[in-house]
Amino acid sequence: MTFDDIKALLLDKFGDQVIIGEEKTGMQPALLVEASQIVSVCRELRDNPSTYFDFLNLISAVDHGAEANRFSVVYHITSIPYQNFITLKVSVENDRSLNNLPVVPSISSVYRTADWHERENFDLMGVYFDGHPDLRRILLPDDWEGYPLRKDYKNAEYYKGIKID
Amino acid sequence: MNYNSALEGYYKKIADAATEDMILNMGPQHPSTHGVLRLEVITDGEIVKEVIPHLGYLHRCFEKHAESLTYQQTIPFTDRMDYLASMINSHAFVMGVERMLGIDKDIPKRIEYIRVLVCELNRIASHLIAIGTYGIDIGAFTPFLWCFRDREHITNMLEWASGSRLLYNYIWVGGLFYDLPVGFEERCREFVEYFKPKIVELNELLTDNQIFIDRTANVGILPLDVAINYGCSGPMLRASGLKWDLRRIDNYSAYTEIDFDIPVGKGEMGSVGDCWDRYKVRVDEVEQSLKIIEQCLDRLQKELKRTPDFDPRAKMPRKITPKAQDYYMRAEDARGEIGFYFMTDGRTEIPLRVKARGPSFNNLSVISEMSKGVMIADLIAILGSIDIVLGEVDR
Repeated sequence: MTFDDIKALLLDKFGDQVIIGEEKTGMQPALLVEASQIVSVCRELRDNPSTYFDFLNLISAVDHGAEANRFSVVYHITSIPYQNFITLKVSVENDRSLNNLPVVPSISSVYRTADWHERENFDLMGVYFDGHPDLRRILLPDDWEGYPLRKDYKNAEYYKGIKID
Repeated sequence: MNYNSALEGYYKKIADAATEDMILNMGPQHPSTHGVLRLEVITDGEIVKEVIPHLGYLHRCFEKHAESLTYQQTIPFTDRMDYLASMINSHAFVMGVERMLGIDKDIPKRIEYIRVLVCELNRIASHLIAIGTYGIDIGAFTPFLWCFRDREHITNMLEWASGSRLLYNYIWVGGLFYDLPVGFEERCREFVEYFKPKIVELNELLTDNQIFIDRTANVGILPLDVAINYGCSGPMLRASGLKWDLRRIDNYSAYTEIDFDIPVGKGEMGSVGDCWDRYKVRVDEVEQSLKIIEQCLDRLQKELKRTPDFDPRAKMPRKITPKAQDYYMRAEDARGEIGFYFMTDGRTEIPLRVKARGPSFNNLSVISEMSKGVMIADLIAILGSIDIVLGEVDR
């Protein structure tokens, strides 16, 4: 199945409210998905016998620059039986304050590997994955403040009262 | 919204653990955790009830480095991810950048073959550590020394080619640091001839050792559907019985023209996907890597012979500014699928976003699932068979 076939299949099932568009700038075209529906799209891709996208390669959260106020989450999924590959993208608006994180539904109920990937993205980029079973920080200490991979992240001057040079 | 609710839940779970349960910290400074990994084990007597892995002790934020440096400057950082197979890391990263630039078809054949040669040498070295340290985890000391003795030849050769023993910075975007030194091919052939009987010895010593089989066969069985759902790749996935090797699936670099088999777990001693199978797949992969090395040497000594005017840096771009795009590059590491996701804006030499997928990170995530209800001693056997490198789990 080519990218266009998969897009047609998903459009047929979910309509253009969910499959918002596509991005074909590079060598790997990406499908833009409405953030709130990402779980059902992933489940459909995984369970449909003509796609079988059963292997989640990577989840990457992207910060589109300090002025943009927009975060994306990119999913790379492989179909082992068909040796096929697809990129899904969701994007959410957010005002970058630390009390109001961008929220994306967690797909860890579809792919168990998403558990740690989502924890990592929550830890470093500050994207909150709603419905995740155990969304703790994974790489940084539990008491870390801020999300280091954000473009507007400033290095802390003090760590627990100790000045950092 | 309370973003700490999961953390509070975790604290509560540890605090409310039943009195007959014991909470045991395995690591971070424990020799059989292969680095600084802490496994918080909730045990009932000698039975493991739950394993909670704690990572991040070796976190250096590779991604932040990669987003503030140019592509060429990032290559040494990729070496430090999986420090036992650094060549393959930088090969994957470099191939990704080359494809974004559109110069991947212009790389001279000799360079492609040298890259595959050094990558496979590095894969053997990495698997030798996996095999040797696994022996030590189980209690066999000799194989460890034998593996390190043979690995020493490889590190010496790679030092000769690149200048360092572990972190090479040898494969560059569009070329190589230097051509192979004069006499490298001959030395490499000597090593292959020396090493072939050593695998037979290693098999006699460890693979068919009854004590080793008793400790590993039918232990830590990983069914294929669980392996796929948890994103396991590399020897982990192949030991569960699936022929999935990105060197064949994606056919990158010179692997298109090279003939090799993909070993899979067959459950010879126990069930498919047990610890022994994972170990055996690595031993078989060492043999296949030797086969690949021999084919590379054949080509490098005949039609792709070194010429005095050959410049491995001839195709290197002066300025690396890929046009605005996203690209996910994946390659077969010694531990599984290593991937780099690039997002570029087309204006600067610095990528907008780089995300690395570490194979050990995904392979390790399955440990809580695999080790439910096993004995503590088997937990060590399971962890050793996953063959993690913490430099890449934590990045």
